[in-house]
Amino acid sequence: MDKVMQISIFAENKLGKMEKVTKVLSDSKVNILAISITSTNGFGILKFMVDQPELALEVLKKDGFTVSLTEVIAVEMNDRPGGLHEVVSVLAQNNINIENASVYVAESRERAYLLVEVKDIDNAKRLLENADLKFYSRG
Amino acid sequence: MPVRERERLQLERLRRAVKTAYDNVPFFRKKFTEAKLGPEDIRTLKDITRIPFTTKADLREGYPFGMFAVPRREIVEVHTSSGTTGKPVVTGYTRGDIDLWSEVMARCLTMAGATEEDTIQNCYGYGMFTGGMGVHYGAQRIGATVVPISAGNTKRQLEIMLDFGTTVITCTPSYALYLAEVAEEEGISTKKIKLKAGCFGAEMWSERIREQIEKRFNILALNIYGLTEIIGPGVAHECPEKTGIHIFEDHFYAEVISPETLEPLPEGEQGELVLTTLTREATPMLRFRTRDVTALRREVCKCGRTLVKMERIKGRTDDMLKIRGVMVFPYKIEKALLEIKGIEPHYQIIVTRPQQLDEIEVQVEMSREVFSDEVRRIEELKKNIEKHIERSVGIRVRVTLVEPKTLPRSEGKAKRVIDKREL
Repeated sequence: MDKVMQISIFAENKLGKMEKVTKVLSDSKVNILAISITSTNGFGILKFMVDQPELALEVLKKDGFTVSLTEVIAVEMNDRPGGLHEVVSVLAQNNINIENASVYVAESRERAYLLVEVKDIDNAKRLLENADLKFYSRG
Repeated sequence: MPVRERERLQLERLRRAVKTAYDNVPFFRKKFTEAKLGPEDIRTLKDITRIPFTTKADLREGYPFGMFAVPRREIVEVHTSSGTTGKPVVTGYTRGDIDLWSEVMARCLTMAGATEEDTIQNCYGYGMFTGGMGVHYGAQRIGATVVPISAGNTKRQLEIMLDFGTTVITCTPSYALYLAEVAEEEGISTKKIKLKAGCFGAEMWSERIREQIEKRFNILALNIYGLTEIIGPGVAHECPEKTGIHIFEDHFYAEVISPETLEPLPEGEQGELVLTTLTREATPMLRFRTRDVTALRREVCKCGRTLVKMERIKGRTDDMLKIRGVMVFPYKIEKALLEIKGIEPHYQIIVTRPQQLDEIEVQVEMSREVFSDEVRRIEELKKNIEKHIERSVGIRVRVTLVEPKTLPRSEGKAKRVIDKREL
């Protein structure tokens, strides 16, 4: 199973912020796979799953952004009613809170993954694995 | 210097200064007459409190040369204040004044450890501003090598610093931080810079900013104090004990008054600094209200000096914000802010009155150190800052976290407070 890293960027809730971030990524030929935005009044956090997380981190830092890299779990969801429920119920039953989540649809469009952020990542991975759920791998 | 000897010297000089001002500057003569006072009434040092105050507005009225006490042919140099708050104030220098200025500035640089072996990079602006020339004269007096680079062109400043092996720097504290930032961006290790000390002034700063400058450059960062109306830089300087700024009271007589009652305050109490020049020739100044907030302490310093010490400037009486009826000094907000770990000393205070009530917004730059990818945590951080400020300043503020390096940096005086209220 590959480690899936997600880039988080601090951004003020202002016009053109997203444009600036995506330009930096685009200029460095970093491909965005999935995105989620959390915003409150005033500021927000942009989260990206990208194909080259290390490079993305470096170029964004260089451009003065406040960024961090965190590991997330990418769990495969079955494309049928109850697909998402299967994944989250494993976590809920084990008292694991989902801090943040987004969805990544693979290029083939055959599979979709739920990207979840949890506190105890190893434990969550083990539980999901035991429930016979599959993870994303680059291969 | 023993107390009695100092007081005797001060009194002798004060009486001469009062007489010169009265005899040669119509402004002072008028003030004395209005107060039914003559120069001969100043018999003891305490009598100084009978002399009327001089304000910045008075000096503006005399623009340009109304305050000169000597014929124009004796003036060898003029400077003005920045004029950011109105018409500039002009100060003139005779040869004797330049000599005095060189002497007091030499004392400042010496306190910072500078000798003839040192290279002083003088990043204070040359020109009408007193900072550049003041440091220049002092450096010449001690025989140090002065690099008259003036303000600006930060990359070149760093290049020169490395190439010339600068050992002492003179600039505003905010510019020192900016230099450190640019050095980091350019990948210049501050270890390669030979700096050992810096004289920082011309704007308000805090102990936290001192720590930052000292850590980033591995130097001794000391306070220098002065103002155009008195002479420029060189009124007072801090010794390496860092327990207060020594006022050169053999040339400048200091008092602290209550900005409200205008009565002199006892030692140790905070109020407005009032200065009288004892030896200036061209533009003598009697009881000038500096608007700087500080307290005086008279104790023999560990460094051995007996000169009175003033606390670092705590605010300006005209910066005092009246927020919902409460007096607030912006420096208190800064102090509270910088007590929080990981917060960078870049901030801006914005005061508005959206409805009937004043609101303070404090914009703080996000730093990598405190960034979290969880919104909840950032919200917590924001609340913590708000709570901390409320606890230590006594007013409620709204904190906004902004992106790094988006608040204006300044190469001169940092503008920290923006008052948008229409009062």
